[in-house]
Amino acid sequence: MRIVIDGRARLLGDDVSTDAIILSRRKKETLDPAVLCRYLLESVDPDFAGSVRPGDLLVAGKNFGCGSAMEVAVTVVLAAGVRAVLARSFSRTYYRNAINNGLVPIECDTSGIEEGNLLDAVLDDSGIRVLNQTRGSEISGNPLPEVMLAILSAGGLIPYFRLNRDFRA
Amino acid sequence: MRQQGMQGKTISEKILSEKSGRDVRAGDVAVCRVDCAMGTDGSAPMAIDYFERMGGARVFDPDRIVFILDHYSFPAHHATVALQERMRDFASSHSIAIHDIGAGICHQLMAETGRVRPGALIVGADSHTVTGGALNAFATGIGSSDLAATMICGRIWLKAPRTIKVALTGHAAAGVFPKDMALALAGMIGADGASYHALEFCGPAAGGLDLEDRLVLSNMSVEMGAKAGIFPADEKTFDYLKTRSPAPWKPVAADDDAHYGREVTLDISRLHPMIARPHAVDNVAPVREALGIPIRMVYLGTCTGGRVRDFHQALKVLEAGGGRFASGVQVIVACSSAEVEAELRCDGTMARFAAMGAVILPPGCGPCCGAAGPIPADGINVISTANRNFKARMGNGNASIYLASPATCAAAALKGCIADPRDIREDLG
Repeated sequence: MRIVIDGRARLLGDDVSTDAIILSRRKKETLDPAVLCRYLLESVDPDFAGSVRPGDLLVAGKNFGCGSAMEVAVTVVLAAGVRAVLARSFSRTYYRNAINNGLVPIECDTSGIEEGNLLDAVLDDSGIRVLNQTRGSEISGNPLPEVMLAILSAGGLIPYFRLNRDFRA
Repeated sequence: MRQQGMQGKTISEKILSEKSGRDVRAGDVAVCRVDCAMGTDGSAPMAIDYFERMGGARVFDPDRIVFILDHYSFPAHHATVALQERMRDFASSHSIAIHDIGAGICHQLMAETGRVRPGALIVGADSHTVTGGALNAFATGIGSSDLAATMICGRIWLKAPRTIKVALTGHAAAGVFPKDMALALAGMIGADGASYHALEFCGPAAGGLDLEDRLVLSNMSVEMGAKAGIFPADEKTFDYLKTRSPAPWKPVAADDDAHYGREVTLDISRLHPMIARPHAVDNVAPVREALGIPIRMVYLGTCTGGRVRDFHQALKVLEAGGGRFASGVQVIVACSSAEVEAELRCDGTMARFAAMGAVILPPGCGPCCGAAGPIPADGINVISTANRNFKARMGNGNASIYLASPATCAAAALKGCIADPRDIREDLG
């Protein structure tokens, strides 16, 4: 199983909470990610949502997605056209929710990545490799456990479950 | 029975081994049987959507699923009303138990109704599901998609966490409460210091904590990133459960030679009242270093600080200080459950809060995450008994949230600024 993603880096800081990704009060009106993605990260930067292009990659520091386990914090990122988040570490609930929705969480040392850098990421059984095309550097990360890679490769937990009807360890 | 030469197990490793039917060690991924899966109005509507898109027809066991409406109590928007109604319809057609608006906060109800018990594996689509660790369960937060999958098959994959052993020693001084211990621990470990780990509380002071106090520490363990925050079971656990849990339980203790990733000791005798400053739970300082910061809103409640003794502690400070809120300070009271509120009505506590002018909301957790109820105004400071102070957490990114014990929050209500509760009453215990 092999997942390949490329895109432009959009830099965020440490400890970006799910409340920062999408305000709970926005969820009162709708859960539709196509609508909610207009408010992506609004409390961090009101202009962020408007500047995201399909194919962009979010690049964060430690503890990305901390706080509430609310899953719209993942679907809203996907609806903005982002297919992967790179972070030094993730909160475990965000990490699970990302995998279950086919948003690729890439845990690696993001400290050398700058805003706008073009990145090529490859995930497979042997590990994670991220090539920073702009800077000519490479970052590596640990491989994902089999079950996580299987869910991601299927495109998320919905297609995985439609196929398997259960978790396969 | 342990094989010779095999190292012992942590509580997490034991519970996940039992639930997966194999020998699970930290780092192993195992598919585990779930004893109870919980969803709230913040997560279950999406879970129902996933359930249908996954091709779900029936739930694996209606008796092992519960829905609780607590986040949007009451909903201010018709879209939320419709989502809650969808939960009621789904619960009714699948014979799932449901606790409707006003019954209480999910984590409190999970404990009160005896669903969380020693040795159980509990998953809840809300991050503070870790609260259940106080009752010696492996209780962890999941998202809506995992809840949907669990509702279909009754199982979930979990990566067994490494464990950080947290030894609590000493005796708390007057004015120092479990919330102060939890904040001190968040300061020591950091907001992500326990990511992918479980916390296991032990030591003489852990045994000395009453169950209500243990719930506070387990609840806050997710603020350090922890997957679970587990206490050993003892007489206090059994006393709490004996009138609540119809099902048998199986206490789980760690082996003496269990392997821990890290060991942390917190001597609670050395603690002072603590406060987390905006906008991070690990931005912790003694209250003494934050005195005088103006406060406009005081929030007493939530799954961290909304139980009977929390309101008793707050009231003790309020009455010792004259029982009048400072001018311009709004005090919000919301109990963590109807049972808690009934007890506080019986003993007169609620009437005393009402007489002082507190705004009393139905049991629920809306204001904590800005989902329902009051939202702080631009530029003001809030002090809260809750667990999170992220920017915009209570629904306004231009307000600032401080976190503290009920006693410290009460002191701020009297003074209109951050104040040390020990300066109001010396014998707080």
